[in-house]
Formats: sequence, structure tokens, C-alpha cells
Amino acid sequence: MDVPDGLRYTDDHEWLRLEGEEGTIGITAYAADQLGDVVFVELPAVGTQLEAGKTLGVVESVKAVSDLYAPLAGEVVAVNEALADHPELVNSAPYGEGWMLRLRLAEAVAADGLKDAAAYRELIAAA
Amino acid sequence: MQRTPLYDRHVAAGGRLIDFAGWEMPVQYGGIFEEHRAVRERAGLFDLSHMGELWVEGPGALEGLAQALVNDPAGLAVGRAQYSLICVADGGILDDLIVYRVGPERFLTVPNAANRTTVADALAGRLAAHAASFDDASLRTALVAIQGPRAAAILAPLTEVDLGALRNYAIAAGEVAGVAAQVARTGYTGEDGFELFVDWSAAGRLWDALLEAGAGEGLQPCGLGARDTLRLEAGMPLYGNELSLDTDPFEAGLGRIVKLERPRPFVGRAVLEQRAAEGPPARRLVGLVLRGRGVPRHGYPVWTADGREGVVTSGTVSPTLGQAIAMAYVPSDQAAPGTMLEVGIREARVPAEVADLPFYRRPK
Repeated sequence: MDVPDGLRYTDDHEWLRLEGEEGTIGITAYAADQLGDVVFVELPAVGTQLEAGKTLGVVESVKAVSDLYAPLAGEVVAVNEALADHPELVNSAPYGEGWMLRLRLAEAVAADGLKDAAAYRELIAAA
Repeated sequence: MQRTPLYDRHVAAGGRLIDFAGWEMPVQYGGIFEEHRAVRERAGLFDLSHMGELWVEGPGALEGLAQALVNDPAGLAVGRAQYSLICVADGGILDDLIVYRVGPERFLTVPNAANRTTVADALAGRLAAHAASFDDASLRTALVAIQGPRAAAILAPLTEVDLGALRNYAIAAGEVAGVAAQVARTGYTGEDGFELFVDWSAAGRLWDALLEAGAGEGLQPCGLGARDTLRLEAGMPLYGNELSLDTDPFEAGLGRIVKLERPRPFVGRAVLEQRAAEGPPARRLVGLVLRGRGVPRHGYPVWTADGREGVVTSGTVSPTLGQAIAMAYVPSDQAAPGTMLEVGIREARVPAEVADLPFYRRPK
């Protein structure tokens, strides 16, 4: 299962790509595969303030409804509008066109609590 | 957990296994959408060996079944099948099942896996006063279904049964790939197709032969996930969702199979007769097409414009229509196609339009 280096990962199978003060969030290839065909993604509006660990949205496959959690605190500055009509992008390109939203990270937040690629590979290998 | 004789093949094929009614069953192999489309466009192969096979035989078999079930098997010719319900005395539904008349005094009934022992106990009890033997053959009978527009073409070279002469809802005995089988033209997908009942020990041979014969036709092994989306598009009820002890056949839109015109008693008759005399039920099972964003799911609330409540019994995104669809119980005066309702999806109320069932009908 694809786990790109250079991203941060959560125990909830989300990834975070840090770019300066912003971070892009999606779900991992492992999560997309476990869910199966994604048919619906519900995301917060731009401008929403997210608290770390709180539910930010929902991703649904044919069989399952799964919550999305904010890996870090911040303000939503962009959401992937393409997912409204093409939720299958989450399956076909979970780290690319299937991204979910971009956060402006709150001051003094640290990504140190998140896993690196090696630690995340260990997590899914044990699953 | 119980395993069907095809368990090893499911694992080898990369099937994702789940617990379904105590059985370790494949929910999908590749993806549910891909499997769903294979059945609509070509053909799919399903392991349904978890389902029940209950045999009733003897001079009293017909009369016993007539008194045990709501539909009347007296109208069933040898070699034909009938959709029926087994109800309890208060009119609630214990299960839905198919009754096959394989001989003048020999019947095969097929209940759902989750209800097999309940139905077996109830049937055995109801048949006790009749000259009929009862045999629960579920754990020595495998069931393989091949469904889709290419199903007949794939199956025909493998069997001596004349498929051209086998009508919809008919059954015939004959070999398939050298395996003794009951070949039924029934299914749960809305497509043409066959259900093959064979001995447990022969299931692997049958499965392999069908996959080999279907390789050039795009035959796809399918899991329970696609089975559910296929039957939902076809407007077919699922026990535990649309049907339960708390629903009666009229609410479920199955009044046509409750045969009240016959003179004989059957379990549930008194209450069902009274309900029929009272007129339309207070709620009805309808189809819904979502007109906003989201996916309706089992148990989500439905609201009418004047604030009365209903409930979603099954929902999904229809792979064929590309729209979110559902079946739901709603107040009877809100059941006309075109009526606008709302489905509660988390915090939102999403508009939904009552639609004719089925959502999908196969091209003739």
C-alpha cells in the first residue's frame, strides 16, 4: 500500500502535507482501500475553525460511513470542490486529486505528534 | 463463524470477508461498483451457500405449506417457483422466501441465512399435523447464483438442462459441469439469471467450471455488497431492512402475495384479513431519490412537509443511476410518486422525491 515519504500521518489513517503555515489533508491509500468505492465526501465550509482531534467531515463508501478528524488545529482555507461530483478521486488518487482540504495552521501547533511514513507503515502492517 | 465450501476460493481471489449472519462471507472482491456493473452488463457469480434449503415432502406437503405461508402453493405447477412470506399470528413477517415445487409432493423452500433456524423451527412445527416430512438440508446444500444478461450463454454449454425452456421462476433438475443440480431461473439482482443448488462437496467444482466457462464473457465473482446494491435498484425487499416482525405484508407492498380469497386458514390470516378490510395501511414502503447531497442509510429519519415522520430502510448511491436512492416507510398519503419529502442526514434535512419502484428494470 502506497505510503509516500515526506507526509505526516494520523492513527485515523489521514495524511497531512505541511507547506509553510498551511497543511493539506486527505485520507491514506490504505483507508481508501478499506472503505471501498467512495460515493460521498462531506467537508466543512472555508473559514471554519477546526480543533485538533474533532470531527471535520464524513467520507462515505457504498457500505460505510466514516468520520474525518482534524489532525491539527487551524482554519479551513480551501476544500476540494471536485470531490462533490467525483468522490471516486479519493480511491484513484488519495494523495493527489483526492485531497480533501487545506488548513491554515493555528499558531504554535506542532506536527510532532503525528507519525512519519515509516511509523505509519508499521501501523498498517500491524492492522 | 461458519464457512461455505467456497471459503478458500474467496480468500484466494482476494475477497474481503465479513461476518454475515454468523457466516464468513465475501462482501467484495475488487470493488462493489465494478461487481455491480458486471452483473448489469455481463454476468456475476455469487456464493449464497449460507442461505437455507428446507425440503418438505409427502402427501400433506402442499396442504401443510398452504397453511404455513401467506401465498398459496396450490397454484404452483410442478417445476415453478413462488415468492412467499412466513408470517406470525399477529401478521408480522418472520421471513420472506422462495418456494419451489420440484415434484407433485416435493417442495424446496429457501429462507434467508439469518432466519434459517427460526423458519425451520416454525415450519417444522406448522407441518407437524400434516403427512409431510421436513428436512433442513441447509448445511449440506451449496447455492451458487449466476446473474446477468450473459448468464444463460455461459451456463448453457455446461448443462443438459434446456435453459431456453426454463422460464423465469421455474426450476429443473439436471447436471451442471457434471454436478447434480437443481437449476432455478430465479435471483435477487433484477437481471436474468440462475440459482444452482448442489451438494456441499460439489460446490468448488461447479464454481471453478462456471468461472472458466465465463472467463471470455467477463463473468465476475461478486460479494454481498453488490448483491445489496443490485437488489435495492431492483426494488426487492431485504429482511431486517424492509421486512421484519414489526411490518405486515400490506405496508411492504406485498399484499398481492397474501392470498385471502382461498377458503383455507393460514398462520396470520385472521389479522391480515382484518387489516385488508380496514383499507390502506397507515404507512407504505416507497422508493426515494435524493434531490440534494448525501447518502440515505438504514434508520435515517424521513419527514413529510407537515412534520410527520418516516424511516429509511435501505439506501445507497445507485451505481446504475448515479443517484442516491433509498427505500423508506412513509405515511400512506405521502406515498405518491413525485411527493417531496426530506431525509435527515446527520444535521441536514435533504430533499428527496418519492419514486416508482423498482429504480431499475432490465431492458427487454
